[in-house]
Amino acid sequence: MSIGHTLLGLLEGGPRHGYDLKRAFDERFGHDRPLHYGQVYSTMSRLLKNGLVEVDGIEHGGGPERKRYAITDAGITDVEGWLTEPEKPEPYLQSVLYTKVVIALLTGRDAADLLDVQRAEHLRLMRELTQRKRGGDLSDQLICDHALFHLEADLRWLELTAARLGQLAKAVRS
Amino acid sequence: MTPAGSLLMADDLHKSYGPTPALDGAEFSIHPGEVVAVMGPSGSGKSTLLHCLAGIVRPDSGSVHYGGRELSTMSDSERSSLRRGEFGFVFQFGQLVPELTCGENVALPLRLNGVKRKEAEARSLSWMERLEVADVAHKRPGEVSGGQGQRVAVARSLVTGPRVLFADEPTGALDSLNGERVMELLTEAARETRTAVVLVTHEARVAAYSDREVVVRDGKARDMAGAR
Amino acid sequence: MSGPDDGHAGPDDGHTGTSGRTGQATLTAVPPRPPAPEEPPQRPGITRWAADLAMGGRFAVTGGRESWARTIMTAVGVGLGVTLLLFAASVPTMDSARTERSNAIAAFGFGEEPEPGPGTVHVAQANTDFRDMDISGVVLAPDGSRPPHPPGISGVPAAGEMYVSPALKKLLDSDEGKLLRDRFPYRVAGVIGDSGLSGPTELRYYAGITPKQFDSVPSSYHLDSWGAQDTSGDELDPALVLLVVIGCVVLLLPVLIFIATAARFGGERRDRRLAALRLVGADIHMTRRIAAGESLFGSVLGLAVGATLFLLLREAVGGASMMGLSFFTSDITPSFPLALAIVVTVPASAVAVTLIALRAIAIEPLGVVRNATPKRRRLWWRLLLPLLGIGLLAPLAGGFGVGSSGGDFQSYQAAAGAALLLIGTTALLPWLVESVVERFGKGPVPWLLATRRLQLSSGTAARAVSGITVAVAGAIALQMLFGSVEGQSTEETNQDPNRAQLMMNIKVDNGAQARDAFDRLGAAKGVRSVLEITEGSISDAHSKAKDPADIPTNSLTVAGCPALRELAHITSCRDGDAFIVTRDPEYTGPDNAFAKPGAQVNVAFDDEGMPTPGKQKLWTVPRSAKKVESREDPNGALHSGIFATPGAFDISDLANPQAVAMLRLDPKVPDADEYVRNASVTITPTLDVTQITSSSQSSEFQTIRNVLFIGATSTLLLIGASMIVTTLEQLRDRKRLLSVLVAFGTRRSTLSWSILWQTAVPVVLGLALSIAGGLALGVLLLKMVGEGIAVDWAGLAAMTGIGAGVILVVTLASLPPLWRMMRPEGLRTE
Repeated sequence: MSIGHTLLGLLEGGPRHGYDLKRAFDERFGHDRPLHYGQVYSTMSRLLKNGLVEVDGIEHGGGPERKRYAITDAGITDVEGWLTEPEKPEPYLQSVLYTKVVIALLTGRDAADLLDVQRAEHLRLMRELTQRKRGGDLSDQLICDHALFHLEADLRWLELTAARLGQLAKAVRS
Repeated sequence: MTPAGSLLMADDLHKSYGPTPALDGAEFSIHPGEVVAVMGPSGSGKSTLLHCLAGIVRPDSGSVHYGGRELSTMSDSERSSLRRGEFGFVFQFGQLVPELTCGENVALPLRLNGVKRKEAEARSLSWMERLEVADVAHKRPGEVSGGQGQRVAVARSLVTGPRVLFADEPTGALDSLNGERVMELLTEAARETRTAVVLVTHEARVAAYSDREVVVRDGKARDMAGAR
Repeated sequence: MSGPDDGHAGPDDGHTGTSGRTGQATLTAVPPRPPAPEEPPQRPGITRWAADLAMGGRFAVTGGRESWARTIMTAVGVGLGVTLLLFAASVPTMDSARTERSNAIAAFGFGEEPEPGPGTVHVAQANTDFRDMDISGVVLAPDGSRPPHPPGISGVPAAGEMYVSPALKKLLDSDEGKLLRDRFPYRVAGVIGDSGLSGPTELRYYAGITPKQFDSVPSSYHLDSWGAQDTSGDELDPALVLLVVIGCVVLLLPVLIFIATAARFGGERRDRRLAALRLVGADIHMTRRIAAGESLFGSVLGLAVGATLFLLLREAVGGASMMGLSFFTSDITPSFPLALAIVVTVPASAVAVTLIALRAIAIEPLGVVRNATPKRRRLWWRLLLPLLGIGLLAPLAGGFGVGSSGGDFQSYQAAAGAALLLIGTTALLPWLVESVVERFGKGPVPWLLATRRLQLSSGTAARAVSGITVAVAGAIALQMLFGSVEGQSTEETNQDPNRAQLMMNIKVDNGAQARDAFDRLGAAKGVRSVLEITEGSISDAHSKAKDPADIPTNSLTVAGCPALRELAHITSCRDGDAFIVTRDPEYTGPDNAFAKPGAQVNVAFDDEGMPTPGKQKLWTVPRSAKKVESREDPNGALHSGIFATPGAFDISDLANPQAVAMLRLDPKVPDADEYVRNASVTITPTLDVTQITSSSQSSEFQTIRNVLFIGATSTLLLIGASMIVTTLEQLRDRKRLLSVLVAFGTRRSTLSWSILWQTAVPVVLGLALSIAGGLALGVLLLKMVGEGIAVDWAGLAAMTGIGAGVILVVTLASLPPLWRMMRPEGLRTE
């Protein structure tokens, strides 16, 4: 996720202080990972340098100076470009599971067992979600389905990895 | 998982077609009202396990107990009559008789059991209503959608009030939405009637409708309840 | 992000990218290239056709195991049909070749008998029977130095020598023919060549005898050349012509239907393959042409199979004797126009059948769509055909064969009428099956499965049965015609085989010779008794007639009492008695009245058989001679005149006596008649022993009947084979469904019964229809030959039984594969 583009998009609604921006971001997108103020500051100075935002005004008070930022025309164009450009699909390689499997293979533990246990855990969760889905309304169903599909994707990866364990073991140990 | 109180139980099943073993010491058990998913990659022996459990195929060695009886000692006609009366079947495709109407297809197992036509029709219609396909009762399988056809097949498998339902990739030929609807209706009906379901599938989301799963790999069946 | 490289598109144009680029491509194409004139887009050229057909042919071979199987099935099916057709096409050649040979070897004198001279030969027919075999023979002696000799041998055999046909030589050399050897007291000088035989298994001989031996031959003549111009003077009975014509229609129609069915073998699988072609871009016309190409290839291969099979079978048929007929292999050659017609018609009809079959379905890229609600079959044109046939046949009623001018035309009219009636019957079948099956449905599960399947594809079922329909309908009609014609051509002979079994006419010069002949016959093994009858003539001794030819004559029969009792109703008889036997007064004109008890009659005749008024030899009819009634002799003949016992008249006084021996055989002695025939050769070389039988049948009639029977049987077998193939194909297509049905506990018997019903329903309907059609045709045919209507119920039952038997065989043959396919292996998809 591009924080710069997100903050720019938030500014399009009107000029804001840096602190306002952080709060708005956290409220909408940062459920489990709130932004640090320093992140906001460094991002905004980069945007300022690139001419995508300008300083609308500075409030001086007791504490740090509070700059009000506004989006420039170039900034608006940039947001538009970001929105229209599709995201590059990211290969899901560096998962914890992969690390686990590799470690298991390296240490001579049963990787298939690890995968089976993981599958059982996945399925347990999927059963829970399926159960919740059957009781819930349409939005519940859609949300559960999303999770189910993701879990299913993981499961497929588990299956495939299980089928390729021999190959992987050879590659890791060589 | 203790086999005590189990309805259908298999022990140390071996079966090979030609030189390659399809089952190599598989074990299995299921309780009344339980839905068990049989999972595993293609060619792992899932279907062969189902065929052995249902008495369609005689295993080379090993035992299958159903209701205290050993299937391998039963004659072909005894096993046929067991399948007619106690078991139900749903397959992936090609299971409805194309020239019979959907209603006649559902009534077929009852008629094979000697139930009178009128009664068979009434009972099959009520099952079709339950699976939301009563409106296609007079159409031929070629004239209904895949999802409807599969629900007709489910109605047919349940119409005799079986104690075990064998479902081999029942949603394999359907899209997710139709597949889920079929699974919902199937498991719901099975739970209500305390029918045990042996559900062969390679799809995790279908398996998620089960109570537990058994993984078949290289002809060996592993009950994942203990692994949890 | 819009970059400068997209500059040529308008700044507000959000939809850049691919659509813009295609637009550009269209723009640069202006002005559009005119369509290439050498490639008209609508009508595919001949090259296109040829390419698609060739591609179809390639698919037939390279389409994997399945298409190979299909091609082979079609080829074998078509091949079997073609084999039958080729034999049918050979019949004219076989017939004419046989007639030609028979004419060439005919030893009949036509017109004036030539005066004996250096260029003539003295001949007599010397045919004989050996068990159930006919042996034709001629005894001959040259009249001079350069006699004509029969075809097939190099010269007239010397006295005491004979030429025999290869078959007769084989018979004589075999153990079976041991008994026959005594009958021919000749040395075998050579073998008759093929040109002197009508068929390879013909038993024939030419024996040379001395001129002296002709004295004992009752009938002989002189020839100056061999062969007859044309012996087909006696034309076939119109009823027999009709039989042959209808027989051909009945036999050939099912073969054509069979070929059409064979062209459809494996059609459903082929359609699925064609759907795959559509997916990669073939259009509908192309797929049809490709399908036609496949059929064409299969049927051309079928022609080859048929020709090969024909050549192989020809070798077997040539030289073998069927029903007393045998043909040289070289004679079994299809007539060129008919062979050409087969070569052209068979592939053409295979292609036509394929295209017609494809019309009812749409081959789409994603599969084959059969018209969900097939057009209801229309009745009117189906009814039109048989009505047209009846219309053609009805005017012929009572008049067939009357008047020689319209004979050919009438034959064609009859053939066309019969064909239309039979085809119409077949055309009605799909409609009948459809409309009857529609009403079915409620019933036990096997019945339900069978009828529902029939409802969905009644056409397939009807097609399979249609061949049988034609065959059975035709056979019923023929049977009716046979029934009546049989009565006609089987003549009651008035002979009574209970009183005597063999008869021999003996030419003797005097009574002593007659007695010698009787003794020889009586000495033969197995003869119980001989009725010895010697006949001569008497004339009125007191006639006033000037011309000897006008002198009244009567016959004088001399025989012992037992023999006389066979000729007249005599109550008491002792040697020395005489009787006067009168017949119908109409026969006993006033001329014969001179022979009265006590009358003097002249027994002398000259060599020409004329009474001799100047040189009379008188005999007085005993006064005690009683008048008695004549009685049919065992041979069915009536005798009249003076009957005298040897005590009343000495046969040595008879001029030109004719001796007749009737023999009673011991039924416990096998081959008794053969011993008698062997003995007869010591009396006359012409072996004039005849069998006394109560009835005789026209041999040509029997041949036609046998040929038709063989044809009908092979046709039914052919149809049975095609039905088995069709049923198996159907089953194979439903392999998975069968396994599923087994999985949920369906009994074998349930499915077996459904197969039986599925076969039986159309067949029963087909049989019902064919009985109706056959009876209608039979009645019309009988009216045409002017016979009373009589239904041959036994024949009807037999035909129906044969049809039903085919069904049973088909069902039984389908059961093992059905059960094999009901194994759970069909469920395995992995």
